[in-house]
Amino acid sequence: MNWLLVVVGAAVGAPLRYLTDRAVHSRVGFGFPWGTLTVNVCGCALLGLLTAVAPADVRLLLGTGLCGALTTYSTFSFETLKLAQNASRGAALANVGLSLGAGLAAAYAGAGIGHAVWG
Amino acid sequence: MTTREPVLRGQGRVVAAVSAGGVLGASARYGAGLLWPTAKDAFPWTTLLVNTVGCAVIGVVLVALTEGRRRPHPLLRPFLATGILGGFTTFSTYAVDAQQLLDHGLPGKALLYLGGTLLAALAAVWGAASATRAVLLEREVAE
Repeated sequence: MNWLLVVVGAAVGAPLRYLTDRAVHSRVGFGFPWGTLTVNVCGCALLGLLTAVAPADVRLLLGTGLCGALTTYSTFSFETLKLAQNASRGAALANVGLSLGAGLAAAYAGAGIGHAVWG
Repeated sequence: MTTREPVLRGQGRVVAAVSAGGVLGASARYGAGLLWPTAKDAFPWTTLLVNTVGCAVIGVVLVALTEGRRRPHPLLRPFLATGILGGFTTFSTYAVDAQQLLDHGLPGKALLYLGGTLLAALAAVWGAASATRAVLLEREVAE
């Protein structure tokens, strides 16, 4: 049953990442990996909230499943490598700094909202 | 004026491939967490290793698919890279684990985890991509 929750969450989370990435890139172009940054930061906020207030089965469905598949470290690292090799080291560093900074801030914001709304 | 391609048009097969791959990748990550659970406030080794392995594999897969001479099946990249490896690795658990360590008064462990994962992941993707590129080049020369 637990495994099924993870499966259902991931079945939605992974394509949501793909489609968000496409939608973001159709608006801002392919110069900087804004799409991956967007899904990673959103996923951090949602998981921060869930970890603070959600019961275990909801955390499996939306946390381990949905947020886990919505966010990605592999694409983040590959895009950082590509930036360093094709664009500039500054752009690669900016991607790392923005992802880590905004990701952590989003995790805190999610937890804060969770505590404020649900105690 | 720019013309935008609709985000969803013609994406059914790709979305299905990404979804199926994502399920496999996330299941493997969940399984790794069951096999090697991380105790509360312990260093999150399992997630660090999952993310590092995923970064090494994506370095091989994406270089092989995009820089090789053979044109791969169009659904292979969405299934393997976007789906399986995207679903296997996670940025949200990474950030929230670090936030939890910080919240519980363990800033040293949190920083070590944040920096350690980043360095291991970037070294893995760089090493794997370079090695794969070298192998492809060698094969081209041999042919």
